[in-house]
Amino acid sequence: MQVTGTVLTTRRVDAYHALTVVAPGVAERFRPGHFVSVAVGGPRTSMVTRRALSIHDVKPDYGGTVELVFTAKGPGTSWLAERRARDTLDLVGPLGRPFPLPRDPASCVLVGAEYGAAALFPLADALMERGCRIDFALGAASADRVFGAMRARRMAETTTLTTEDGSLGLRGSVTDVLPSVIADTRADVIYACGPMETLRAVTAVAIEFDIPVQVAVEESMACGIGVCMTCVLPVIGDDGVTRMVRACVEGPVFRGERVRFEDVGTIPFDALGAPGGGARNVG
Amino acid sequence: MSVDMRTFLAHVELANPVTTAAGCAGSGRELAQFFDLHRLGALVTRSITMAPRAGRPTPRMAETPSGMLNAVGLQGPGIDAFLERELPWLAQRGIRTVVSVGGGTVAEYSALARRLTDAPGVTAVEVNLACPNIEDRGRVFARDGGAAAEVIASVRSVMRYDVPVVAKLSPDVADVVAVARACVDAGADALSMINNPLGMSIDVDALRPTLAAGTGGLSGPAILPLAVRCVWQVHAAIPGVPIVGVGGVTSGHDALQLILAGACVVGVGTALFHDPYACLRIERELEELLQAKGFHRLADAVGLAHRPTARHLLVDSEESSL
Repeated sequence: MQVTGTVLTTRRVDAYHALTVVAPGVAERFRPGHFVSVAVGGPRTSMVTRRALSIHDVKPDYGGTVELVFTAKGPGTSWLAERRARDTLDLVGPLGRPFPLPRDPASCVLVGAEYGAAALFPLADALMERGCRIDFALGAASADRVFGAMRARRMAETTTLTTEDGSLGLRGSVTDVLPSVIADTRADVIYACGPMETLRAVTAVAIEFDIPVQVAVEESMACGIGVCMTCVLPVIGDDGVTRMVRACVEGPVFRGERVRFEDVGTIPFDALGAPGGGARNVG
Repeated sequence: MSVDMRTFLAHVELANPVTTAAGCAGSGRELAQFFDLHRLGALVTRSITMAPRAGRPTPRMAETPSGMLNAVGLQGPGIDAFLERELPWLAQRGIRTVVSVGGGTVAEYSALARRLTDAPGVTAVEVNLACPNIEDRGRVFARDGGAAAEVIASVRSVMRYDVPVVAKLSPDVADVVAVARACVDAGADALSMINNPLGMSIDVDALRPTLAAGTGGLSGPAILPLAVRCVWQVHAAIPGVPIVGVGGVTSGHDALQLILAGACVVGVGTALFHDPYACLRIERELEELLQAKGFHRLADAVGLAHRPTARHLLVDSEESSL
């Protein structure tokens, strides 16, 4: 589960960074949707929390490599962006619950916003192995922030791109085009990765079309292994009770309609154990 | 020759002095995927409350220089689910378990103690007096010796005589020794210090506090000196009381500081978020360090820094100016 990986290659992918790391233990157990957590800052670091990164690609080379995609937006990810070949990284993974895959071939729409799209590519591989039809809808603020457009075009039946500024594909957000993509491809299921706001909108569209939607959430977390309790969000369980569940252990993949997107960042009054009543004293 | 790492938490013997810190080991199962929990001195649970608690809204965490702020708000399953699912899992495996309890009233603490007193597998009870997230009109038990003593006395009177009661103290007080003494007088068998001091961080992009709760508990290496100071002061004032030193331990070197200041058990918290194997590594480093310094028993190092003659152990007699 914890491995010291060696950086094999580093590259820039438009506005993002990608690191390929030799990590056999992680690669062999990987399923699409899994993530890894990385210690940042080196052995005497002052940064005490790990960074959760999604896995863009897994290859069998050198016993198993994983490619991690991230954006450098703070001291931790900036340190990661400075890694070079042969540097070592402390990885824990694969972590989380992976995407459930359809038993029979189905038509799947894969929706990605910003670098969240990275996690969709191993999923696309797994779906295609099962004979599924896949179609991509990828969006971002601008052309350089749309992740994996070329690779998506090579893999999928259709790829629809959107940017907020109109610099690539259609102007607007990825959820604006989603209804027409679903209609054109006669989609049976939607998979989505990206910021919470995108996942909320994707889920709303899926509910409108009455098709299942699986979302992978991006919550900030300190540990990634379920002990720090900081990455929680309100999710409705099989018994109908809303619980504050951990994105790292119970997720990051959830059925979209089970996530109470409107209440993320709050404790809903009817959540199990919410202050001042609600379902506080239920089982 | 290996070092005898056995230690005592009150009258309970632990195979080694390194435990998890309350609220940093989940239910135990999360860490069990990484290593055998029997290798811990003891597992300290998250603070268990009477009712299930959903905790605080997110964001609950903010990274700070050499530490982090958290405002989880004692999210947990409540005592019923704990006794049904979590404690039996630990007890069946024979894992030494210190159950941390948290409450909003003295009555809640004693009700928790009543539920735990006959539960199999409770090695000790740690009373969380200092969690800043308990909303009791802003009052925190640990702030005041009288309030803390009231809680400890109620838990001590209900718990089985052979289960030690450990008082967990906060550093956010004018005089930690006074609160410690009040707890010991009320029947605490041991003291654990320190709980997270309160801190705050502001998100300058949003122009608002980073944490949804505003303030949060500061943990990590940033608070180690605070922990060493509290352990030192309390051990100096009441040397006979066993102390669990907690706060910012990330290495065997850190653990030894707390032990030399007077702790006989060391809790590891935030380091577990960074490295799931932290407890095992720290225990190994501590043993190597003690061995290198010529100790045969961990117990010989407890509180040693208080004794001026300790230097004879470290200084070669030929180099002595005497």
